[in-house]
Amino acid sequence: MLLRHTTKEVKEREGLTINPAKTCQPIGAMYAALGIHGCLPHSHGSQGCCSYHRSTLTRHYKEPVMAATSSFTEGASVFGGQANLLSAIETIFTVYDPEVIAVHSTCLSETIGDDLQQITKKASDDGKIPEGKYVIYASTPSFVGSHITGYANMVTGMTEQFAVSTGEKKDQVNVIAGWMEPSDMREIKSLASRLGVKIVLFPDTSDVLDAPQTGKHEFYPKGGITIDELKSAGDSKCSLAVGCISAEPAAIALEKKCKVPFETVDMPIGLSATDRFIMALSKAGSVKVPDEITAERGRLVDVMADMEQYFYGKKVALFGDPDQLIPLTEFLLDLGMIPAHIVSGTPGLRFEKRMKEILERAPGANFRNGPQADMFLMHQWIKNEPVDLLIGNTYGKYIARDEDIPFVRFGFPILDRIGHSYFPNVGYSGSLRLVEKILGVLMDRQDRTSLEEKFELVM
Amino acid sequence: MRKVAIYGKGGIGKSTTTQNTVAGLAEAGKKVMVVGCDPKADSTRLLLGGLQQKTVLDTLREEGEEVELEDIIKEGYRNTRCTESGGPEPGVGCAGRGIITSVNLLEQLGAYDDEWDLDYVFYDVLGDVVCGGFAMPIRDGKAEEIYIVCSGEMMAMYAANNICKGILKYADAGGVRLGGLICNSRKVDNEREMIEELARRIGTQMIHFVPRDNFVQRAEINRKTVIDFDPTHPQADEYRALAKKIDENKMFVIPKPLEIDELESLLIEFGIAN
Repeated sequence: MLLRHTTKEVKEREGLTINPAKTCQPIGAMYAALGIHGCLPHSHGSQGCCSYHRSTLTRHYKEPVMAATSSFTEGASVFGGQANLLSAIETIFTVYDPEVIAVHSTCLSETIGDDLQQITKKASDDGKIPEGKYVIYASTPSFVGSHITGYANMVTGMTEQFAVSTGEKKDQVNVIAGWMEPSDMREIKSLASRLGVKIVLFPDTSDVLDAPQTGKHEFYPKGGITIDELKSAGDSKCSLAVGCISAEPAAIALEKKCKVPFETVDMPIGLSATDRFIMALSKAGSVKVPDEITAERGRLVDVMADMEQYFYGKKVALFGDPDQLIPLTEFLLDLGMIPAHIVSGTPGLRFEKRMKEILERAPGANFRNGPQADMFLMHQWIKNEPVDLLIGNTYGKYIARDEDIPFVRFGFPILDRIGHSYFPNVGYSGSLRLVEKILGVLMDRQDRTSLEEKFELVM
Repeated sequence: MRKVAIYGKGGIGKSTTTQNTVAGLAEAGKKVMVVGCDPKADSTRLLLGGLQQKTVLDTLREEGEEVELEDIIKEGYRNTRCTESGGPEPGVGCAGRGIITSVNLLEQLGAYDDEWDLDYVFYDVLGDVVCGGFAMPIRDGKAEEIYIVCSGEMMAMYAANNICKGILKYADAGGVRLGGLICNSRKVDNEREMIEELARRIGTQMIHFVPRDNFVQRAEINRKTVIDFDPTHPQADEYRALAKKIDENKMFVIPKPLEIDELESLLIEFGIAN
């Protein structure tokens, strides 16, 4: 019982967070930056920040994650980090030769008030940025929001700082990816190509954080959105923001800067959300949905119908990030399951409102987001009202073990299993995989614990 | 060794008062160190006869180099030891963090060691206690007694009251106490009575009323304290008196800061209403 100190009685807390259901802003910024081709993320702060963010991403993706740091010393924190960042920019372009440096701030550099816009401008004025190379930035203090906020800020930064409108519209649709896996981004590109819609997907971490073993180490893997593509986003006919929390801010910025209209859709996880996504994309690209995709949908519906008895009425506790929890909760309801407890460390009224709408179908469900919506609270809720299934990132394994609950790993970070970077959770096929995973753990549990006379060969 | 910190509203005359008082103590044979906690690094100019060339934080710019205490502490008027924290240029970095770093560095380098035989350390801190860094001199028992320089002007009294709130916060943990208010006169009506009453309500004393005299400015232009510039001038006696009162002070209290209403009513009673 690793979490034996978790009490059943839930008390309102004001200042304390126990085992948060979120992590640092810069992790999101670093992940988003890796979705630009030839980009070296740069952490403007002390070394420890950068090490932690890199190692968390590495542990999740089992891939080397390159990033640089301003390596603040005591002196930098007193006099400001400008000198460090300027010399970092010079060194990075000389030694590591990236196309782009994506600078994000940290708690320390934010607190002492370093102005990334002013410093990057100075770097440019001083001629420290070679011709045809770029330095972009995003402000990402960890004492605000979560890793999702950091992701959104960096995606907004890359959009604002790269996209330009030349006045000549291109027959392409921007798809601004909310926080999802490289496998999910690959699936979205594949769906768009099967639909026949030309899209500009950004950021795009496929072929960066799921790069193949070729026998040769590529410091900058072949994947990622290119600068030219990012610039052209300003000429696209419209944008689709996939996720109202992690992608929409960038779409708003793009509309402001380049007058590209946008629509926000949920991440295509589950039947309903994928339906909406496919319809939005087909409308944006003025194309008809091909039979092939309709058939894929049909297979998902068939499995959902065939296996309904195993899902029906099962209670689920889930935790993670807003843009994934919104469609996932909806999907669980579509499967006949009961989302009982949901927490997310990411704050935001928008998220709260969306969840409330969806949870109208699940009266009595516990939902909370923000700083006090932590793993401890979720565990307490489970103690009060046990569940049949737990869905969330690796940190859920402690609760799953203590309470003996079947557990499906989903979200970020997953530090103890593989698959998430290779098999998508989005689209009809991704949703089918989710169904398979959920069914697998539920049936394994039944096989393991059913009475001998109830032990089924055929399920 | 008595550790004293001087606080007060920006521009009220903290540095001037501190240095003139320190000159008085030095003249009476006390060994004093002055630590300027202001990024402008101008808290020891009158004692040194000019600006300190190298500040404590300047040494951070040259990392890797061996820092010697002699580089950052200079002897001024009557062997007073003078040092400046220094800090970032306006608009960048973190001056508060600078003070924390510099006080720690001074400790590490042994500036407070017994070998210096110090009777007093004076911290001259910039402006209001705006953040944790500016409270550094009153944290962890660094400075044990505080004097607040104020005048009868409303904002100066308001700042003094605010500083008391800062002292209150650290009084329990760090043992810091308020030694009194120093009224650096601005020739406001009823100034002496008003500050005496403010001191009484806060639970402390007005330790001295320093009259306004342009001679202080004249000495300052000559980069000297009044005692140094003209030991016979009556204003020199005022600073000698203040030095003596501080030296003999026995009244150290935990202040009771006033509510804003009470502070305003005090002003009306003694100031505008009369």
